[in-house]
Formats: sequence, structure tokens, C-alpha cells
Amino acid sequence: MKQIFSVLLSCILSWQVLASTQDLDAFQRTDTDSDLSQLVNQLPKTKLKKMPSLVEKIAHINNEKTHDVLQFLLNGELFYTKANKTVVHAVKADNSLYVLTDVLTSEMLVPVEKSKLRKVKTNNRLRGSIRSYIAKIDLTDEDKNIRIKAVKQLLDNPSDSGLSAVQELISKEKDKDVRELMNITLLLNQLKKGKHAEKIAAITQLEDTLEPSVKNAMVSMLEALPTESKTDEQKALAANLSKVINNIESKRGVFEVIENIFFGLSLGSVLLLAAIGLTITFGVMGVINMAHGEMMMLGAYTTYVIQLAFPNLIEYSLLMAVPAAFLVSGLVGVIIERGVIRYLKGRPLETLLATFGISLILQQLVRTVFSPLNRQVQAPEWMTGSWVINPVFSLTFNRLYIIIFSLMVFFTLLLILKKSSLGLHVRAVSQNRDMARALSIKSDWVDAITFGLGSGIAGVAGVVLSQLTNVGPNLGQAYIIDSFLVVVFGGVGNLWGTLVAAMSLGSINKFLEPAVGSVLANIIVLVGLVLFIQKRPKGLFPQKGRAAD
Amino acid sequence: MKFKKLIIASSIIASSLVSQVTMAADTIKVGVLHSLSGTMAISETTLKDTVLMMIEDQNKAGGLLGKKLEPVVVDPASNWPLFAEKTRELLAKEKVDVIFGCWTSVSRKSALPVLEELNGLLFYPVQYEGEESSKNVFYTGAAPNQQAIPAVDYLMEEMDATRWVLAGTDYVYPRTTNKILEAYLISKGVKKEDIMINYTPFGHSDWQGIVSKIKKFGSTGKKTAVVSTINGDANIPFYKELGNQGISAEDIPVVAFSVGEEELSGFDTKPLVGHLAAWNYFQSVESDENAAFIANWKKYIGDDKRVTNDPMEATYIGFKMWVKAVEKAGTTDVNSVEQALIGVAVPNLTGGTAVMNANHHLSKPVLIGEIQEDGQFEVVSETPDTVIGDAWSDFLPSSKNLISDWTAPVKCGNFDIKTAKCSGQNF
Repeated sequence: MKQIFSVLLSCILSWQVLASTQDLDAFQRTDTDSDLSQLVNQLPKTKLKKMPSLVEKIAHINNEKTHDVLQFLLNGELFYTKANKTVVHAVKADNSLYVLTDVLTSEMLVPVEKSKLRKVKTNNRLRGSIRSYIAKIDLTDEDKNIRIKAVKQLLDNPSDSGLSAVQELISKEKDKDVRELMNITLLLNQLKKGKHAEKIAAITQLEDTLEPSVKNAMVSMLEALPTESKTDEQKALAANLSKVINNIESKRGVFEVIENIFFGLSLGSVLLLAAIGLTITFGVMGVINMAHGEMMMLGAYTTYVIQLAFPNLIEYSLLMAVPAAFLVSGLVGVIIERGVIRYLKGRPLETLLATFGISLILQQLVRTVFSPLNRQVQAPEWMTGSWVINPVFSLTFNRLYIIIFSLMVFFTLLLILKKSSLGLHVRAVSQNRDMARALSIKSDWVDAITFGLGSGIAGVAGVVLSQLTNVGPNLGQAYIIDSFLVVVFGGVGNLWGTLVAAMSLGSINKFLEPAVGSVLANIIVLVGLVLFIQKRPKGLFPQKGRAAD
Repeated sequence: MKFKKLIIASSIIASSLVSQVTMAADTIKVGVLHSLSGTMAISETTLKDTVLMMIEDQNKAGGLLGKKLEPVVVDPASNWPLFAEKTRELLAKEKVDVIFGCWTSVSRKSALPVLEELNGLLFYPVQYEGEESSKNVFYTGAAPNQQAIPAVDYLMEEMDATRWVLAGTDYVYPRTTNKILEAYLISKGVKKEDIMINYTPFGHSDWQGIVSKIKKFGSTGKKTAVVSTINGDANIPFYKELGNQGISAEDIPVVAFSVGEEELSGFDTKPLVGHLAAWNYFQSVESDENAAFIANWKKYIGDDKRVTNDPMEATYIGFKMWVKAVEKAGTTDVNSVEQALIGVAVPNLTGGTAVMNANHHLSKPVLIGEIQEDGQFEVVSETPDTVIGDAWSDFLPSSKNLISDWTAPVKCGNFDIKTAKCSGQNF
């Protein structure tokens, strides 16, 4: 009798989480409410060391509020009032007060200041286990993505109760992706704990899975087998395992190469954006513009100012910042050209020094206006996270958009130079200034517009950089050298050359990095470039004919 | 007419000279050697303001030995050789009695020979790599065993980390710290293939390849943790990339030694929440001393949003200790103050007391904090007792046998306990 009772009890315990049947609920609600409130009220008094066991107890109570309590705890939104130790869900409102809701009664309380509250402490380990508890509840969630996340959590951190929950739900699961993931979870368990035949069956079925936990389980299984004097069963197991592991490894290798190409292209597209404006000013006007980096910096600060001006439109801030940064930097560019550079025509050394001086002035200006500290530019939601293609291969959204964006800028610029009358004038001036002037092209005006265009594009590059790195007075300096490298490598004044140079420098860097580390990779690229310039001083695609003179 | 002007001018000069002389007699000069321009200005300006605030408070409370304190601020401009020149200026020309200053190790190494030659006194307030002990320097920041090793212990014990990524910027502090940590991890039974060491240049911003490598390194089923000695600006893109590639603090926690409240104030902290930092002080620690210090600081600087950080507390402790030692010795003479300083105790801002040991390092508690969304830290672990700063790491073969003891009879910065010899080289 006692045995039956204990079996029954354990059954109830393990199925409690899943029990969604209505008749049980009504009975349990009243019962678990008091249990839950008793446990929740212990939260303020519990030390961090004792928290795991308390949270486990809370997680095992089948109450509709359990999920909320765990979720709030996970998000760091669970507080208690210092005055009477009521556990509340607190969210910061606009007026820097905290809006409180009693977690147990769902009753709204009077908003208070932060100093009246204290947070219920968690740490990474605790949050990890809370995730597992939530995952078990989330298995029955209506949203497919939440279910996938839940199964993934259980796959990586398997527990007996979690597995039995999956076992129960797999037949009811309608979505194919979720079912497959559940299947993998169960197969992995079968692989670990099943009989010999079951293990072999599991291995063959898991052949095409790229989930890291599957491979890890197989590797550790293979390592656990004795190296010598294996039984026949063990031999078969080892052979199967190593075959599948090799298979998975080679697939992962392919994705690794694709990933590296992506990294290279994304670094290349940043270099392209930074360098392309310089190609125009350097190539067309022959001006070495040391203040080019500061044009990028101005673009980045424009993004910051736009986010400051429209705090509620963060999602659209980048779209607004692109034209704004183009205008700001372009305008500054035109002013520099009209105010300084045109008086120094044909004196490259003086221009170099003058623009270097301008770059210092701009840096100090920014320091004075915005302070020397880095400014905080937020990333819009759509720029964060990654596009998960499979468990070992994912592309980060920000890099993906930047590649697309920089190619868009490149082709727009190409179109302007090749198809518009402005482009015609620019090309005419760059090929033969005197002849162009003789044909009534206002070369002064073309110079100003060209410089403005180049600077404007640098400003656009600054918007992109604000998403990747720090927005501070030194932002430009970090990229000016790279920009010159790209321009020189690609061939001065050649847009296609810049594209090829940027992409190849990015890719070479990223393929070298895993092998030799990033410090050495930079050095190798630089040395290689020096040697290349010795051989071909005019870069990859030198301008030919008379334009080259 | 001309003659009259000359007389007036000379009398003005003369009177100002006289007043300077009398000033000099009535004040104790305190040198402040922090970069106010250049790359380090971001961090060091704060410490200059801290020292000035402390001096102002001390003067309000009646000065020291019946004299007023007079700050002498110089700007070494983040230029390492200039630190030596400015130190010489402070000691030889201005004749200061004590110097508070330096941030980077290389600036300290640059000032050291001058300090020893002219017998100056420097309080150095930043965590550093150890492997140094000079008679003329008091180290109030953390040595590796007061920051790095407790942090690794925490990850090992509380988070069960068994695989380690040691990521750092390529210069002396990360290289030495990582050498110590690697030796420590191996002594704890971690296999060589479970440790990945990675260095990046200053201001590195393209982290995708490295983060992806860390992700792969951490996906073998063993719990992986990153120990970051990445410096300054490079941290933001690093954490951003971690967030974008979907690595959360629960998957692969990162514990940083160079990320504090001040650095976080320029961050969008969302991607960092849950990652860790190890320091001896956090602004969020609740104590009466700390609350008073923060309020005082905000009032002094006139900005309600300014934060406090660990090097500020180290400056605070150093200053208080120097004041106590001068009162104890009854003079500002460097040799007497140096001896008087050993054993001086000052309350920490986080509770408990800091004691200056015979090796010129402090005993301080070590705190591990998790980054919160508001840019503050929440303490998740604290050493039960204070930890004595160790000048020479026990985990490096070259410094295993060395100790530093500036009390009689040893009086040596690097005393070899095996051979019982003092190498005589102080740094």
C-alpha cells in the first residue's frame, strides 16, 4: 500500500507541471496559492546560497502565477519593499518612479522611488536553472518560437522531469520544427541511457544533426569507451560513433569557411564605406584629406544627436541619421574646401598638414561640445541579434545590413559618377583639368561638390560605425589609416579597385586571424601591402593613359 | 615716470616672492600626477578631481600638522616619458611631500627611477600586474591575487567553469596577469587544451571572428568562462558582438578587470547585463561611508549623474593613510612617513578596514559584481576576509621565492627566501 502511494505521489509530482486538466486546477488553485505565497514571501529573507532550493520549490508548484514569478525573477524585475518586505513586480516608469504590482495578488501599489525597494538577488547559475524551470512550463506555450526555445533549453540541460514532459508532449505537438527538436532531445537521451541496439539506432538517426550537445555527447561517449580489449558491442559502437562524428565535423568545417567569408566581407564592407569617400577626394582632386576620419566622427555624432532629439524613435533613428549625417559632413566638407583647400591647390604637402590641423580642431571641438567621454548610441531592435540558419551557423543582423548598405552606397555612387552630368564633370576634371575648364566646366565648383560628396559619404560611414564601435572623439583616427590602405591598394581614384581592395583586405584579415591571432594578422597584412606597393606602386587597378599623369 | 613704474613692478614681484616663500612654509605640498589630456584623460581626470576634493576636505577640517595642504597639479598628457619629467619637476622644483598619480603601468615604470633617485613618495591607485615593489611607492590598487585570482575562484566554484578563455589587450598588464592566471589554472588541474589565450590590439573593434571562436570553444559541453583583461574602448564592441551572436552571461560568463562604473557610463548596457567584474569597491555597496563619499563627490563635481569607481576608492584610502601616517610621524619627511605608513588602518568605503602591509600593498576585500541595466554592479560574491596584496606572484616560477618586506630587518622589495638575498634592484 505504501509503495503504491509513493509511486502515485511521484507520478503526481512529475506530472504536476504538465497537468492542465481543468478539474484538477480548481482543486489545486486554492491549495497552491497559499503554498506559493508562503514560498514567495521567503524570497526577501533568503541568502543567495539558499536561493536555488527555494526557487526549485517555487518552480514545482503548479500555479498559474509560478511562471510569472520565475520570469520576473529571471528578468530582474522582482523587488521587495524595504518597509514591509512585500514581494513586488517593479518596472521603471518614465518619471523615474517604479510602478509596483504585488506578485501574489496582482494588486497595483503606489509607485515609489528606487531607494524604497530592494531587488531579489539572482546570479548566473540561478538564472540558468530558472530558465530550465520556465522551459518546462513553456513547452505548452502557444507561440512556436517559445516552444522551440524551451526544447532547446531542455536539450542542452536535460533533466528527468523535462524529458518525461517532452515524451508526453511529442505526440501532441503539431509543429514540425518543434517535433524534430523534441525528437533529437529524446534520441540524445536514448543514446546516453538506452540499450546497445537503441544506442546504435539513435546514432544513425542523429547523423545529420548539427546541435552542439549531440556532438558533445557522442565525443564524450567515444572517449569513455575503453581503448583496448573492447567487446564486440563496444567496437560497433565506437565505429558508428566515429563515423557520425567525422560526418558532423566535416559539415561544421564547411560552415566555418562560409562564416569566415561572411566575416571577411563584413569587415570589407566597413572598410569600403570608410575608404570610398576618400577615393573620390584623393583620386579626383589629388587632395590627401587627413580630416576624412573626422568626417566619419561627425556622422557618428549626428546619429547620437538624432537619437537624443527623438528618444521615442530609436527604431527609425538610423534611417533618419543617414541623410542627416550626409548633409552635416558634406556641408563641413564644402566649408573646408572653400575655406582652406582651394588656396592650397597643387601643394600636396601643405594640404596634408592643413587637413591634419583641421582634424585636430574638429576633434577638440567635439571634445568641448560633447565631452571627451564616449557617447552612447543605441542599436535599434532590428540591428541586434542574429539570423540562426542552423545550430552552428548564424549571421548577425547588424553585419548583414551593413554589407547590403555599403554595396548600396557603392552602386549609388557609381551611378552618380557614370550616369549623371555631375559625374561627367567630375570625371572630366579629374582626367584633364585645363581641358575641362576650356570646355566651360567650372572646375572650382566641381571641386567643392566633389569634396562635399566624399565627406558626405564619410558621414554615412560614421552612422554605420556608430553601430559597431565607440562614438568618441578618437573614432576617426582608428579608421583613417585603414582607409588610406584600401585606397592605395585598390588604385587611386578607381571605385571598383576600392571595392576589390576593401573586400580582399577584409577577407585576408579574417582568414589569417583564427590562425595567427589578430595582432599578427594586422602585421602580416601591412607587410604584405608594403611588398605589394613595391611591386605595383599604383595599386591593383592603376589608372591608364593620360589620366594617370 | 618709467622709473616709477619699474619700482612698482619690482615691488610687486618682490612681495609676491615673499608671499610665496611664506606660503611654502605654511603649506604641505601635494603633487597630483594624472594625465589631463590625451587618451588616458578620460580615466585620470576623475582621480585628479578626487585628490583635489580630499585636499579641500582636509583643509576644511583644519589641515595637517597645523598647515594647509596645497595641491600642485601637473599634466603628463598620457605621454609616458613625460611622467618621468613631471615627477622630477614635482620633486626637485616644487618640492612636494607626496605624489598621487599614474594610471597605466608603463607610466608608473617611467616615474619609478626618478622617485627612487630623489626619494619621493607615490601613491598608485590602480589595479596592476604586480611583480614590483619599490620603497617609494605605495600600491593601493589591487594586485593580481586581490582581483584576478578571486574572480577565477568564483567562476570555478560558483559557476563550475572548467574551460577558460583569457582574452586581453596586447600590453604588459594583460600579458603578465594572464601568465599568472594560466599558471594558477594549471596548478588547479585545468588542462592546457582547456585554456585559450587571445590578444588583440588597442582599440580593437572587429570582434566577430574572435567571438565566434570563443563560441565554438565554449560549445563542447564543458562550462566555459571568459576572463577579460580587454582594456578601455575595445570593450563595447566586444560585448555588443557577444550579444549579437547570442551568447548570454549564463552560457559564457565574462569577468572583466578593467570595466567599472566609469567605463559603463558610456555604454548601452543592455548587452552586458549579467556579465561580471571583480573589484575591491562598487558604488552600489551600501554603507554609511560610501553614501557620504558618493554624496560628497557629486556635490564637489556638481553633477548628479557622475559615478564613483574602484581607483577612486584606492585614491581615497591612499590619501587617508598618508594623512594618518604624517600625523603619526609628526613630519612629512619621506623616510619617516614611509615607515609610519606600514600598519596604518583606514576604513574601507565598503565596510571593514584596509591595512597597509610591510610590502606596501593593502589588505582589502574582493567583490565580484554582476552588471545591471543601470550601469551599476550588484555584488554576488565577497571574500569573507580581506586579502593581503601580494607583490610577487606565487604562481610564476621567476617570482615564486620572492617576498617584499620594507620593515627592519629585511628592508627589501624583492627578497629571495631561498637564498636569503636581496637582489637590490627595487623594480
